[in-house]
Parts: sequence; C-alpha cells; structure tokens
Amino acid sequence: MMITYWLNGKKSSADIEPGMMLYDFLRSQGCYSVKCGCETTNCGLCTVWVNDVPVLSCAVLAVRIDGCQVTTLEGLQEDAKEFAYYMGLQGADQCGFCNPGFVMNVLAMVRRFDSPTEDDIKEFLSGNLCRCTGYMSHMRAIKEYFKAKGKEVRS
Amino acid sequence: MMEFKSINKVVAKKDSQALVTGQPVYTEDIMPKDCLIVKVLRSPHARAIVKKVNKSAAEKIPGIVCIVTADDVPKSRFTIAGQTYPEPSPYDRLILDKQIRFVGDAVALVAGTNQAAVDKALRAIRVEYEVQEPLLDFTKALDNDIVVHPEDDWKPLVDVGGDNKRNLVAKACDRHGDIDAVLASSDVVIDRTYHTRQNQQAAMETFRAYAYKDAFGRLTIVSSTQVPFHVRRVVSHALEISKSKVRVIKPRIGGGFGSKQTVVMEVYPAFIAWLTGKPAYMVYSREESLTVSTPRHESQIRVVLGASKDGHIRGILLDSLWNAGAYGEHTPTTVTLSGHKSIPLYNAAEAFQFSYTCVYTNTIAAGAYRGYGATQGLFALETAVNELAEALHMSPVELRFKNMVRQNQVLPAYFNETALSCTLDKCLERVVSMSGWDDASPRKVLPNGHIQSVGLAIAMQGSSVSNVDVASVTIKVNDDGFYTLHIGATDMGTGCDTILAQIAAECLMCSVDDIVTDGVDTDTSPYDSGSYASSTTYLTGNAVVKTCESLIRRMKELAAVKLGLSDTDLDDLEFDGKAITCLQNGKSITVRDLGNGAMFMNGIALEATESSYSPTSPPPYMAGAATIDVDPETGHIALLKYDAVIDCGTVINPSLARVQAEGGIVQAIGMALTENVQYTPTGRLQNNSFMQYRLPTRLDVGPVNVEFEPSYEPNGPFGAKSIGELVIDSPSPAIAHAVYNATGVWVRDLPITAEKLYQAMKHKNL
Ligand code: FES
Ligand code: FES
Repeated sequence: MMITYWLNGKKSSADIEPGMMLYDFLRSQGCYSVKCGCETTNCGLCTVWVNDVPVLSCAVLAVRIDGCQVTTLEGLQEDAKEFAYYMGLQGADQCGFCNPGFVMNVLAMVRRFDSPTEDDIKEFLSGNLCRCTGYMSHMRAIKEYFKAKGKEVRS
Repeated sequence: MMEFKSINKVVAKKDSQALVTGQPVYTEDIMPKDCLIVKVLRSPHARAIVKKVNKSAAEKIPGIVCIVTADDVPKSRFTIAGQTYPEPSPYDRLILDKQIRFVGDAVALVAGTNQAAVDKALRAIRVEYEVQEPLLDFTKALDNDIVVHPEDDWKPLVDVGGDNKRNLVAKACDRHGDIDAVLASSDVVIDRTYHTRQNQQAAMETFRAYAYKDAFGRLTIVSSTQVPFHVRRVVSHALEISKSKVRVIKPRIGGGFGSKQTVVMEVYPAFIAWLTGKPAYMVYSREESLTVSTPRHESQIRVVLGASKDGHIRGILLDSLWNAGAYGEHTPTTVTLSGHKSIPLYNAAEAFQFSYTCVYTNTIAAGAYRGYGATQGLFALETAVNELAEALHMSPVELRFKNMVRQNQVLPAYFNETALSCTLDKCLERVVSMSGWDDASPRKVLPNGHIQSVGLAIAMQGSSVSNVDVASVTIKVNDDGFYTLHIGATDMGTGCDTILAQIAAECLMCSVDDIVTDGVDTDTSPYDSGSYASSTTYLTGNAVVKTCESLIRRMKELAAVKLGLSDTDLDDLEFDGKAITCLQNGKSITVRDLGNGAMFMNGIALEATESSYSPTSPPPYMAGAATIDVDPETGHIALLKYDAVIDCGTVINPSLARVQAEGGIVQAIGMALTENVQYTPTGRLQNNSFMQYRLPTRLDVGPVNVEFEPSYEPNGPFGAKSIGELVIDSPSPAIAHAVYNATGVWVRDLPITAEKLYQAMKHKNL
C-alpha cells in the first residue's frame, strides 16, 4: 500500500505491507532512536510524534501515517542536546535505552505546559518506564530544563 | 577529607549526549542488515522428552536457511553462568537437549532471511513429546522421584556438594561457635521462615546478539553482555571450538542488573553463524525474556535468633533453601551470599550457623540479579531482627545499635575479614532522623482511615569476589598527550567508563576529557572478569590506579631520554600532569611533547597494563526507612517515601552514585510490593508481560531520599567501595516492617500485594 508522509520534515512515500507497525517502519527508515521494550504497550520506549502528538509506534499501523507529519528524536536533535545537558549532570541517562521515548514525551510536555506541577509531570510521563534510574533524577533534570526554558515546575 | 580534582565530583557520563539524543549505539542499531533471523522453538511442557521433530514442511518455506534440533548440536555440557573458570555452576546445559526441563526450554533453532518466514516455520514444525509429570514445588525437590537432570554426563567442575540424581545443585554448612548451646541458653528465641519469589531483572533492552565469521574465519559475536570474556569461553565450550576462534564485542548496553551476567542466548546465533557462515541475529521478545531468562532465585529461608533479655543477639542460625529452577547457573554462588552478606551485620553474636540446600525443579532457571542472594538473605534476617525487637519489647533501632558491626571489628561470619571502613552506625542514626522514626509511635491513623507507618532495615554487600575476580586496565599516551583508557569491565549504564576515567584523571592529574574510553573487545581489551559482584569501581578502579603509576614511570623513562638525562634517577623527575621536570636541573618536557615524541625515533612504548585482584571484599553498608500508607479496607500499600543513608566509602561521582541508589531502591520496591512471579499448576509462567509483571512506574513511588555517610576504605581506590548492588537490599525488609507497624501483621512472603495483606489482616481480625 502506498503512503505519503513527512518524516522529520522531509516528504517521502513508501509502499508498505498493510500489517506493518509504525515502529518497524521507522526503524527500516533508519530512525534507530526508536526503541522497543515490550509487546504490550506498557513501556513507552517506542514513543514518536504523529502530527505533534506523542503515540506508541509499536501500537500504530504504519499506514496510519499517510498524510501525516511524523517526528522522531532524529528530527529534534537540537532540543535533545539541550535536554541532554541536564540529564547528564544528574546522571539520569544511565543505560539510555529508555531515553529516546522518554525524551520525546519530555519535549512534547515542554511545548504543552508553562508551569506544570510535579504531579502533572509524573502523570504525563507515567507511560514511560525506566528500570535504571528510579525516576527521581528525571524529575531533577526536567526541573532544571524547564527553568532554562524560562518555565517553572510547581511542587 | 582529602581534596580531589576529578573524583568526588559530578561529571556527566561520557556517553550521555549520545544516549539522550538517541544515537545508534546499541547492538540492534549497529548490526549488519543482511543477518539471518534466528528464533527458538520452545516447549509448551514443563517436563517432557522430545521424541521426534518433523521439520520437513517448515524447511520448504521460502527464506528458511536451516532448522537445527538436538541431533545437530555438539554433545558436551556447559554452563551459561558468567563466572570465573572453573565455574562453581554445574555443566548441565546443551545448546538443544531432548530432555525438556521447563516451559520455554529450547527444542529447535530456526534461521531464515526474514522474520515472517521464520515465524511461519516455527508454526510449521511438528514436535512429538513424551510429556512427563513436572516437579514444580522446590520444597519437595530433594530426593524426589522426579529427577530434573537424570543425565549421566552432568558435570560439576567444582565440588559444591551437588548430586544431580537427588536434584541437588549444592549443599554446605558453615559454623562458628556452638550454636545449639547458645540458642538453648538464650532468654528469647525466635524461629521464623521467609519466602521470596523469583524476580525479573527486566532491563529495558531485552537479550540480543549477532554473530558473523570474519575474514580470518573467526567467529565474532556482538552482544549486549556484562561479561564479554565469559561469553567467549561459554561459546567455545558450547560449540566445541577453540577459544582462539571466538571474539566478543560489547557495544553500549541497555541495562543488565545481573541478567546479562548469564550467557542467556549468545550460543544460538553463534551456532547458526558458525554452521552457515552467514551473519545471524537474535533478539528476545519481552515475553521470551520474562519466560526463559534467568531471574532471581526463589528462596525459603529459616532464621533462628537467640538473644538475651537485654537485647544481645547471641546466636544466628540461617538455613536457605534455594530454587535453581531447571538449570544451575549461579546457584551455588548466589546462595552463599544469603548468609555471608547478612549474618556479619550482627557481629556481636557468639555463634552462628549458615547452611544451604539448592535444588533443581521444572521452573525457569534462575541466575544473577543485583544483590546476588544477599537480597533474599537480608529480607529474611532483617525481618527476623525486627520480629526479635518486637519479642523483646525493644526498639529495633536500639537493638541494632547494640549488635551491629562497627569499624575495625573482625568479622567471623565474613571469612574473618576486618571491617576497615564502616559508618553503618552513623547511617542508621541519620536515617532515623530523616524518616522521623519514633520508637513510641511508628504508626499514625489518618483522618481518612488509612494508616501511615515507618519501617527500618540495614544492609551490606561486598566489593568484588575476593581472591577470584581479576580486573585489568591498559592506558596509552597518544599524540598531543591525550590518553586512551582500555578496560575489560563493561559499562551497562552504570557509568563505570566515566567513573574509571575520573579515577585515571585524578592519578594523571589531567582533565576527564583528556581520557578517552571505549567499549569492550575481547581481542583488544585487557582481561576483566566482567561487571558484576559490585566490582568495577573498587577492583577495576584499583587496577586504574596501579596502571597510572606504571604509566607515569614509563613516561618518566621516555622523558629522561628525550631530555638527555638517561643517567638520572627517575625519582628525580617530577610528573605534574602537564609536564615532567627534572628536580635537579629544571629541564622539562610537556606531556604533549612527550606524546608526540613517542611517535618519533622512540624505543619506549608509552603504555602500561596492570591487573588487580583483591584478597578482601570490603562491604558497603546502608540503612533504609520506608514510609508507607496502608488502606485497611483493601490492603493497598502506597510507598510515600524512602530514606536511605549509604556508606560506599569515597563517593567517586555523586550524581552517578545517587542514581545507582535511587534506581536500586525503586527496583527493590517493585520486588517488595508488585513484582510477582506465579506459575499455573502445569508450570507455565503467568506473569509473562509488563501487563502482569508490574514494574514500578513513576506514579508508584514517592520521593527517594539518598544521603551518603562516606567512610574511607584503605584497600579501595581513593577510599572507594561499591554501591551498585547494596542499594537493592534494604527496601523489602524495611517495607515489611512498615507493614507490620501499620497492621500488626508480619508478611513473610514477598511481594506484599494488596490481596495478600488484606487476607492476612482478615485472619488476624484487625
Ligand atoms: S514498545 Fe513498549 S510501549 Fe511500545
Ligand atoms: S536508563 Fe536504562 S531503562 Fe531508563
């Protein structure tokens, strides 16, 4: 089936199997930042944006992106680098395998909220599992990042 | 405290930019695109004999390259435990075996050019099984009529008291003093039995590896592993090929927690690549990872404590029954930590006895998980000590202060090592104040009817396996004087590449940025046992210090030549990080010029390699306090906060140490409350996805507050000890204690789920 889509701002078309998942399609297009940690939509590692809304690419058929804007971390390198500075200082990157999906949601969140509470943040990111960090360092990094963005996190 | 330049400082992990920005650095991101896809056909039966495998239909499917069964694989048994040779784990595995020993055991390997063909072939293979009754209850396994490993070629390399015909993997008893007499004469004796289940490490990156033959006909394996050198040996044993034919490379890895200290699946793609000459890739699904990888050992631990009325713990008896599951990897060693890394906490005891029995069953083969047996032992012993406090009508804090290990004590229950560094007493003092623990009222009833309470526990671990583990380090000086640091230890996200670079920078008096690190390659990296047993900071750190000393000597030798001072005593040359200067005549050469000079008319190699091992395994310590909220209507427990104070010696990198602690504590909270492994009556795992096996999410945990109370370990690099495993040990007993303080019920079986607590409260008629 033919689809036309914008991947990280670039228009492309592809002929794909109707049953193909977006996750597999994106990796086949060289978007290796997109990771998979489960088969049951529980981990959030495969998060990408479709029309600027975070979705789980393991649960979306690739045909659904026909006519859509798809964004992966490859398309948000400048923002990711900026956030990486705060993650690095907290040691919150750890094994890094959950990072891309998590960062996709953090970058969506910073666009959506101006002064979220800690609970808003936890709620927003609740679908992103991390087995290494225990989550506390994520929160510290996010607070610093929001501050740098001229926003604040309320406790 | 000493002033440091590079250590005891926050330094971002060297790979943090790459990881956070999603660069392709993991095994699956870098594999060749033309790999065969390899998958395993797995048994639906817990115990059976494979009578016949009909693969003819499957072989005809386009894209299928080969299908391998037990008839096609080498016949010598091996272990997949990543341990120093000769491994204490029995040689009880084949790549494929006709005897099936648990649900998910491997029956056949299928390799094909694409996933769809392989999946189709897996469905098309017909297997005839002779189904046998499984042995699922580990408390009935010893000398049962059902024998999990009936084979005659079962082979222990080390005598650990095992006997496969009795389902016995290992058995031993260690004593000090007359435990019977001490218990008989104690004023108060408590005798309790605890049960912990298997726990999944659940690294976010599941198991994966690819293998290919290189231009020299050698087999290269790129694997997400903690133990590249052990992978080389295990693959060579399994495939019956020379070790010189195998090379193992470790790229960045997506978490391990001990799971990748076992060579869970590398032998499969390795065998296919060796057989076909084609690159072969295998990745485990989450379901496979949960079903057939090697979780924490299930345990049943009996603790008997004898104490005097005034709270002197006089005798400790600890007896561990250990469920190996279907295979014995890491069984004989994990079990020893259940006593050796718990009993020494109560060093005032006059006598102790630690015995254990490890048995095979037809359940998932267990393995290594952060804490490595100490976690189970400490849940049991720490809960027992809290129960003893109750029996003595004494504060659990006071009871611990009376009995716990102090600095400079000799530890009879810890191979008579001396506790040269220990601030556990201060850790406990601080955690008591952080948590607001109150002897008089550790519980509060809230207006909504919920109960808020606090519980406490202490813990210890080790730093490397004493007299066994080896860590080696090579450091080279390059042009312009930058350094490359080669280690065989594997950074699995913990940050050891960075921590070791910090130690090297401290020794070489340069910036951490001047030290370049890389992954591990068994062809070029110096030997290291691997990243496990809390060894990297301590043991590899020591090797870094030693290597830097040698390297500085070498640099001085070359400096002497370049400065025309060949007769000068090297002690008259001073290295200050930037230059080497002669104290006699002031002549000087910069490290930059030295690095460049080494590449011109030079006969002195500017590199050094050193190894270290440790005759001791200095324990790090922690005290932890859990504050929980219990809903008595439902038994639901919410973790409001966890406070921890840790003695890991000198803290090399405060951010990374803190995150290690927070991460380990949250894993342990999962173990205590939600992570459950249950089997159906036929031995099938019920919790085989993240839907049923519930890892803590960020909504499940309140703040985790970590503080440090550093001691100085004279045997460690700049006074450091380990931290990685210790931190998983205190939460489960602290939470069980908090649950008791809230409800009056001791839950001695983990996890403490809402249903379990509700039932327990009901039977106590609260
Ligand atoms: S891979 Fe786990 S949610 Fe998509
Ligand atoms: S950093 Fe390893 S899973 Fe999150």
